[in-house]
Parts: sequence; C-alpha cells; structure tokens
Amino acid sequence: MSKPKVAFYWCASCGGCEEAVVDLNEVVLDVVEAVDIVFWPVAMDFKVSDVAALQDGELAAVFINGAIRTSEQVEMVELLRRKAGAVVAFGACAWLGGIPGLANLYPRESLLEFVYRGSPSTTDGDGVRPLEEFTTPEGTVRLPHFDEDVRTLDQVIDVDYYLPGCPPPPGLIASAVMALVEGRLPEKGSVLAPDVALCSECPRADSKPEDLKIERFYRPYEIVADQETCLLAQGLVCLGPATRAGCGAVCVNGNMPCTGCMGPTGRVVDHGAKAASAIASLIASHDEDEIAALAGQIVDPVGTFYRYSLPASLLHRKVGTGDGNGQDAAEPAASTSGGAS
Amino acid sequence: MSETRGDASTAFEPKIVAFFCNWCTYTAADLAGISRMQYAPNVRAIRLMCSGRVDPQFVLAAFREGADGVLIGGCHPGDCHYQEGNYNARRRFELLRLMLRDLGIEDERIRLEWISASEGDRVQKVCNEMTEQVRALGPLRLETAPKVDGEGAARTPEPSAEALVGQVTS
Repeated sequence: MSKPKVAFYWCASCGGCEEAVVDLNEVVLDVVEAVDIVFWPVAMDFKVSDVAALQDGELAAVFINGAIRTSEQVEMVELLRRKAGAVVAFGACAWLGGIPGLANLYPRESLLEFVYRGSPSTTDGDGVRPLEEFTTPEGTVRLPHFDEDVRTLDQVIDVDYYLPGCPPPPGLIASAVMALVEGRLPEKGSVLAPDVALCSECPRADSKPEDLKIERFYRPYEIVADQETCLLAQGLVCLGPATRAGCGAVCVNGNMPCTGCMGPTGRVVDHGAKAASAIASLIASHDEDEIAALAGQIVDPVGTFYRYSLPASLLHRKVGTGDGNGQDAAEPAASTSGGAS
Repeated sequence: MSETRGDASTAFEPKIVAFFCNWCTYTAADLAGISRMQYAPNVRAIRLMCSGRVDPQFVLAAFREGADGVLIGGCHPGDCHYQEGNYNARRRFELLRLMLRDLGIEDERIRLEWISASEGDRVQKVCNEMTEQVRALGPLRLETAPKVDGEGAARTPEPSAEALVGQVTS
C-alpha cells in the first residue's frame, strides 16, 4: 500500500487535457497499477478537505492543467504545491497560457461587459453581473474573484516540469508519469518532450524545398491542400519550423498546418515572435510594398503566432489594457515586494 | 492614452534602442560622430553584424526592458554584406509591425531605415526625428509583471530578456 500518490487538477482549461489522460486507453491501467490517484475532480469524488488533510509533500506529483484566472485557482494550486513533491504544468495552458491566454488582448471590464451584456445571445436587459459576495436571508454566498489577466502556472507557483501540447500526446504523458513514479527525475524546469523543431519528425519533411519561399499565404479553407507536400510550400502558415516536436505531427497528418501548441524549443524566449520571424523570412519578395502586402495576408497575426503563448510572452498582454481603476498605482509595489508567499 | 506614472509628462526623455548593422548604419553613426554632428542622446546604439540578425524577440525585449522606441538600421537594398540579410529584416519588420499594432504598440515606436556607411547626416536626421516622434507619443505604458489584483503571490513572469543576452553575444 505504499504506491506513490498523485493528483490531477484543472484550472482555466477546456477539459481536453483530462480527455488526454483518459486517452491513455489501456496504458492508464499501468498508471493506475503504479500510483494511487488521490484527487481528480473531473473523474473521482474526493474533496478539497481530503487534499488539505494530506501531509506537506505527501503527493509524489500533481498534474495541473489550465491557465490561472481566478482566486479559487490560485488557492487550489498553492494548496497542491504545498502537498506535492513535483508539480507538472500539464498542457499548453498551464505552461504558456494557452488559448484562454488570448483574453489578455482585452481588459477585464470589456470581457465582462461582452459576456453579461453585449454578446448577441445575451437577452438579459437588467445588467445583472455576478457578484463576488451576495447576502440572502439564508446566509452569504461567495464566488471567486476574476483576476485582471490570465497567468501561466509558473507565474503563480513554482513549477518543476512542463508537459507541452494541446492536449499533451498520450505517449508523452505515459512516459512522464512513469519517469516520475520510477524516480527517473529530469532536471528541474525541463519540458518533457524532444527539444527539436516539429519539421524534424514531419512525414512531409522531404518535400520541403531547399529554398522555401511563399508567394501568397492561404488559410486552410481557401485551398485543398495536397496531402503529400510540405504545407508551408503550399502557402499555409505552418508553425512546424518554430514549434517543439513530440506530437507525431498529428495535425499535419490530418492535412492541417501546425498551430504551435507544443510551444517553443528550449532556446526560444518568446514563441510568437520567433514563429513570426520564421514565417516572415519565407516571404518571396524584395519589394517593400509587396512584402507589406504579403505580411498583411496573414489574418490575425497575434492570434496566429501567439495562439498558445501570449501570457508567457515578453509583453504578457496587450499594452495599456489594464482597467486603470485606481488599482494600478498600488500594483507595482505589490508585485515587486510581494515575492513569495 | 492616459497620463503616465509619476507625472513624467514635463520631463519625459524617451529611451530609444537602435540596432545598427556593422557594415552600413553603425559605420554611418561613427561617421556622424567623427564629423561632430550632434544628435539626440536618447538613442542607444547596439551594433549587430547585420540588420538580418535583428530577431523580433530583441525588439520585444527592448520594449519590455524600458525602451519607448526601437530603431533598426541596415544597408540599402542590394548592398547587404550578406546578400539577403536586409531583405529578411524588412520581411520580419513588416510582420512584427502588424503584431505590435494588435498588441497596442503604435507604428511610430518602431522604424526601419536603410542608411549607408557614407550617410552620417542621415543617422543624425533619423535619430532626431525618431526621438521627437516618440517624445510626442509619450512613454510606453507597459505592465511587465503579470497583474494581480486578487489573492495570491505575484511572481515574476517566466520569459526573461536576459536569456537573450547570451544569444546576442555568442
């Protein structure tokens, strides 16, 4: 009965990472054989109090998916951090902010305004917004605070390992779990996937021209892509050259370009900037106006190149979109002195 | 744009980071110096071997570390010491500019100029123009640390511009 204990938790995520664990199929049996899962809200009925009752460090590992946006998520990941020997940021959202991280392009107020009033499907006319605290005769009820912006897991707690992908590929999950269980611990901070670009394992690599140049950018719906040829050579924005391998090129095998969910390779600081750099240098023109026109064919460049990584990027969010509601002045001090807690 | 922190509007001196290529623009900046041409001290020139070496990450790192504007200088089209470098700079610049626009950084804060080794006067003119242009815009209001207004620790975000330093010098 001394199997290592592990936990799974989700934050701002879609549930796809949980599916990925279930996708282990029969391999999940090996995992269950090797470990005791003591907390997994999506699949098992354990309570927060069960986690709180554990001794500090009692969990061998906790796998946390999703970005961080609410006070409840902060509270839970801090609790799990205390209880766990190793914290694994599971999936693109936990590592880099992921798709939910694109919310950092908008101020919180405009998000709330759209969701609770502006969106075409909202019919409620009396402008009711959820309150963080509401008192009824029966007692006071509370909701978590909705933070100013989306953060990556390691912007909130100390993280030991990163499992990339949206969601992480089953093979990488299984080998990560087994490595942790068997104590074959990689260096802290490691990304548990090969540190090479996706092109190196792409089945179409041989069809990538020596001197690849793009004369026109297409979106996937605009052409019927040839199933054998390098997608970049067909004018599709494939982020393979700037994205980490390890997924088995599943999107390319489905005849769709890589969107970068495996994140950058080890030497890259800002995935979006690096991916944009890689794609831009393929533009087949020497003329200023023509270059500008070709670059302009890439619709929504931030959403394309920072699709999974805006909160982890050098700028972190769109400039000047803070609420500016008086909290700003207090924040620089809070964030520099507030260090560890 | 709203007022800046600390009411700097009266004495705002923009910080401009300039990436100049070794063969043309940096030599031109030297020429400007030798010729005793005065230009705005707001520009901090960094010499790279080629404008094609200007990784968009460098531009973002400059903004993150406090630059209000970024200037890139390279050889005129057809004159690149490495044949294609300046064209690659142009290609990356055009796409980066579109991204920065969506990220709330105005077009006027970045500029790409072709300045040959003999055009010291052009370095003077461009640096002065850029400084005044950015001065008119005001400081870049960048929140580098993730904003936290609820419970919880505020940690420094992971990406570090310092990680790029070794790559520039190596």
